[in-house]
Amino acid sequence: MSATPLLELRGIDKGFGPVQVLRDVNLTVYPGEVTALVGDNGAGKSTLVKCVSGIYAIDSGQIFFEGLPVSVNSPRDAATLGLEVVYQDLALCDNLDIVQNMFLGREKRSGLVLDEPTMEQLAAETLASLSVRTVKSLRQHASSLSGGQRQTVAIAKAVLWNSKVVILDEPTAALGVAQTAQVLELVRRLADRGLAVVLISHNMNDVFAISDRIATLYLGRMAAQVKTTDVTHSQIVELITAGRSGNLGLSENGGPR
Amino acid sequence: MSVTIEKAAPLTVGSHVRDYLSRVRGGDIGSLPAVLGLIALCVFFGIMRPAFFSAGNFANLFTQGAAVTIIAMGLVFVLLLGEIDLSAGYASGVCASVLAVLLTFHGWPWYAATLAALVTGLVIGLAIGFMVAKVGIPSFVVTLAAFLSFQGIGLILIRGGTNVPVRDEVLVAISNKNVPPALGWALFLLGVLAFAAIQLWQWRNRHARGLISEALAVVLFRIAALVVVVGAAVYVLNLERSRNVLITSLKGVPIVVPIIVVLLVVWTFVLHRTAYGRHVYAVGGNREAARRAGINIDRIRISVFVICSFMAAIGGVVAASRANSVDANTGGSNVLLYAVGAAVIGGTSLFGGKGRIMDAVLGGAVVAVIDNGMGLMNASAGAKFAWTGGVLLAAASIDALSRRRAAATGNR
Repeated sequence: MSATPLLELRGIDKGFGPVQVLRDVNLTVYPGEVTALVGDNGAGKSTLVKCVSGIYAIDSGQIFFEGLPVSVNSPRDAATLGLEVVYQDLALCDNLDIVQNMFLGREKRSGLVLDEPTMEQLAAETLASLSVRTVKSLRQHASSLSGGQRQTVAIAKAVLWNSKVVILDEPTAALGVAQTAQVLELVRRLADRGLAVVLISHNMNDVFAISDRIATLYLGRMAAQVKTTDVTHSQIVELITAGRSGNLGLSENGGPR
Repeated sequence: MSVTIEKAAPLTVGSHVRDYLSRVRGGDIGSLPAVLGLIALCVFFGIMRPAFFSAGNFANLFTQGAAVTIIAMGLVFVLLLGEIDLSAGYASGVCASVLAVLLTFHGWPWYAATLAALVTGLVIGLAIGFMVAKVGIPSFVVTLAAFLSFQGIGLILIRGGTNVPVRDEVLVAISNKNVPPALGWALFLLGVLAFAAIQLWQWRNRHARGLISEALAVVLFRIAALVVVVGAAVYVLNLERSRNVLITSLKGVPIVVPIIVVLLVVWTFVLHRTAYGRHVYAVGGNREAARRAGINIDRIRISVFVICSFMAAIGGVVAASRANSVDANTGGSNVLLYAVGAAVIGGTSLFGGKGRIMDAVLGGAVVAVIDNGMGLMNASAGAKFAWTGGVLLAAASIDALSRRRAAATGNR
């Protein structure tokens, strides 16, 4: 097991009025690993991510970042900690180019003027360090990028800002086979650089291909968090659909075993 | 590890041209329709009425189109966010009324009165921006209400529809006097040298850092084109255009021209070289993405209305100067539609996210040429309105169609 977890959630509860969406959720995310977060629709994956990234306030529970308790009250807090979320709907501006998108909101300046050459160089270096070879020009508008390229730019943005934890929400959902492979490769490389990566996915092939650990949410509870090498495909599917599989998962009466 | 990004083929003149053509085919046409339209209109009016190409008429074009062009520059900011400001015309009227009333009824000096007019513009913009961004009323409704209110406030300010004269020499000079020819050439030289220096410095800087830079020939061509076009304009404007030289001499670049150029340079700088400008484009392109990037959306939205009304105030001062007076019609009737038309004809998208300050100038030129040319052909006011409306509709259609084409070719 690697050192201290980079991100640790303990006993997270979150409800919307009468609906309890998350119940006593624990999750540990280690640096240099890809932690897959799986679960059926409505299991609470997105809510959990929004709690961690400061969009929703948690009802109870604690968040530890690098071993220290933190409170995340806004997306800005999350960014300050070094936690970046790459959303499914890709927050890129179509009318801006790759460099402009990567630096949006955090532009490099010399005095009052934007320092375009420096930004372009840094963007090029970041993409090169991730071995991204698919974009023609850094000055092409985001509108002319393919789905995979857009995903790549969004991920590279997280790297550019030296994030420690990157949460990817269904990064391959809308991609073709080749592009999916490219993005997955990129995600793996992020972890190899020592980042902690949380991958939300519905695609079991993706999950088994690149994750080190799998955390399964079932109806708002953490059914199990296991090493990928310790489980089989069908066990995870059972965990997702029934909340338990053999001696893994929640107990018969629904409580943790 | 290969770094294809930095090793891509160097850009040549050929690739620059090909790149441009493919962008145009892909629906990113920018100001092309405005430039082509301008040339076509000039040829048409020049053939129908040779007087169109006289130096005197050329100078008239600038003074006629100045106020509309300046208001259009402000509107570009609002349009970039996909909003609209229908009150810009009457806002300029209110500001002009403030100017005239303070100047003529209260005897304020010209600079104090002008300052008051500009501050009025800022306050108007702040109020509109607040209603749109903080209260959450659609800009169309807010500015429609403002359109009506400002018409009334203008009437009240100038005490019920009288004609308030503006006789201050400095103010009258703005739209009615010319820069001495020698000074005109000096300003031309200064501007061209500054442009060339900036362009070449940028090119060198990029080249030195090993970034992809345009072919030097393209940069040089751009500088040469500016020298030729602006040089020719300055030359023509410096010709004697007085009907009787014995009585008075009339030559030189109209004073409004350097004013427009300065505004063009300043706002272009703000839009393309500052973080603020970048954020305006971002909010116009994808508001949610901008919000997630930590940009204060409300502040950007308020600021564009402030800029728009501020520019309307400048437009109002210029209009008051040209008419030597302010009345209930200042900033009214066709001013707003001409200004919106100018921005859209120039290539600013009504859908937000796309546009430049230069668009306002090119579109303003088209509107001024139509207005002027049809005047020379003794067309009625009705015909002028109808044709300008038609051109605006054509420009908006081109905008919508090119957007569709861009979506189809994946360029948007």
